[in-house]
Amino acid sequence: MSVTTPLETALPKVATLDAAQLGVSEINRFLHRDVLAQQIARVNIERPGGMHNLAVGLRAPLEVHILGHAGYYAAGMNQHAHVTVHGNVERGVAENMMSGTVRVTGNASESAGASSRGGLLVIEGDAAGRCGISLKGGDIVVGGNAGHVAMFMAQAGRLVICGDAGPGLGDSLYEAVIYVGGKIEGLGADAREQPMSEGDRAAVTMLLAKAGLLDGGRHAPAKFRKITSARGLYHWNSANHSSY
Amino acid sequence: MCGIVGLLMKRPEGLRSLGELLAPMMVCMNERGPDSAGLAVFGGSPGRGRRFSLFSATHETDFAALADQFTRDHDIPAEIQSLDHHALLTATCERGDFAAWLTETHPGVRLLAAGESIQLFKDIGAPAMLVERYGVSRMTGTHAVGHTRMATESAVSPAHAHPFTAGEDFCLVHNGSLSNPYSLRRRLERLGVRFETDNDTEAACRFLEWRMREGDTLEQAIEKGFDELDGFYTLLMATPDRMVLVKDAFACKPAVVAETDDYVAVASEFRSLAHLPGVGDARVFEPRPQTIYSWSVR
Repeated sequence: MSVTTPLETALPKVATLDAAQLGVSEINRFLHRDVLAQQIARVNIERPGGMHNLAVGLRAPLEVHILGHAGYYAAGMNQHAHVTVHGNVERGVAENMMSGTVRVTGNASESAGASSRGGLLVIEGDAAGRCGISLKGGDIVVGGNAGHVAMFMAQAGRLVICGDAGPGLGDSLYEAVIYVGGKIEGLGADAREQPMSEGDRAAVTMLLAKAGLLDGGRHAPAKFRKITSARGLYHWNSANHSSY
Repeated sequence: MCGIVGLLMKRPEGLRSLGELLAPMMVCMNERGPDSAGLAVFGGSPGRGRRFSLFSATHETDFAALADQFTRDHDIPAEIQSLDHHALLTATCERGDFAAWLTETHPGVRLLAAGESIQLFKDIGAPAMLVERYGVSRMTGTHAVGHTRMATESAVSPAHAHPFTAGEDFCLVHNGSLSNPYSLRRRLERLGVRFETDNDTEAACRFLEWRMREGDTLEQAIEKGFDELDGFYTLLMATPDRMVLVKDAFACKPAVVAETDDYVAVASEFRSLAHLPGVGDARVFEPRPQTIYSWSVR
């Protein structure tokens, strides 16, 4: 049994790793095993250089900072961990997240947060196409604009877009909810605008606060619009049989 | 998959580091396309004649003798530089005349590109092999586009490698796949356009070049391409004074752009750009669907 001094308890252990030197397998092995054995609370990853699959499959309430641009599937399959990418990410950031938070200080490429079931994904910049595709739960907050077909076939969960939404927003949506602060270029099939309720405004306020994007009122919850499914595609309609 | 890379130097002093910066960009894209590689470098000296990029699959071609024979047959002086499977012949000769002469006298030698500015290298094998064999890191020029291929729809051969060219001083690299290359091809063949391979990208390249011969600007040709090219594509094109990037409406084939005061760099993935000087402060962005991005040589 190891003895922990009060000082050690007060100062969480921090590890700094050089991704360019170690490579993704070593980095992820460290995050999966060594951090637990060494009781490390925070890991800084330097020189990520657009590397793919960084910090995937984490299962501990660990704080991870990727100091630069990350590649595909950054922080995918996350559970409990809090991962911040200080830069941009490429496709599939935080895909299949179960819990925890993933924050991107720059822009995210396509399919951000795809198929996630829980947790919070914050993209402080813009998200490209297909953000939140097939979302099954959890929340996504985009500080900037979102590209085409955001939340395509999303089943549950919420997406907040502080800026503008591209064409095809919410195409084939199920029970997920989208809030948009800026302009909407176009709604996808079966997506419709619904009035914002008090509950919706409270939800937007809470999500912006959690995302740290209340921004002194720049994104006033009152300006947001709500997009949900018209549920017209839930059932087969014989009148439209030639369109199927 | 497939990897694409492009680099345009904005300052005259950057021209000599084009190859040095581009070589690692290409090598890094090996995993996206390990079966063939190619690149087109722009930056010839105008007025010195046409540059003909030649390729021979065997080492038996004597390129110096080829140049001598060209001079004897045409009474036109020709300069020749050869390296391994490739050679660059420079002469004041029409492309059509040269191509006809080459087919007749050297049927085993392929004309990869023609123009005052373009020089083209492509072959099967990993990008690292091409980069090493042809000394890409020592190449100079205003801009270059490169490709690493993972063949999905037609054979792996030097002719099927990208970049594809059509006409003069125009080339194109493609990540993606087209679903209507044969119908495009049949349409173009009826108009007299000749194809060299059964590759889908060649159809796109020849379609755009045909539109430009019909009087379209490259932008107008691309706009027509948005209607006519059915499939997935990120296309990176180059002419002597420009590098142009577009994605299809679905935009599912990647590209990332990094721009500084010194260069514009394009790659399928950011990791190909991570080594570039000043990339940490570069404007890094992803092209939007069906939007034409064009950068000019100063």
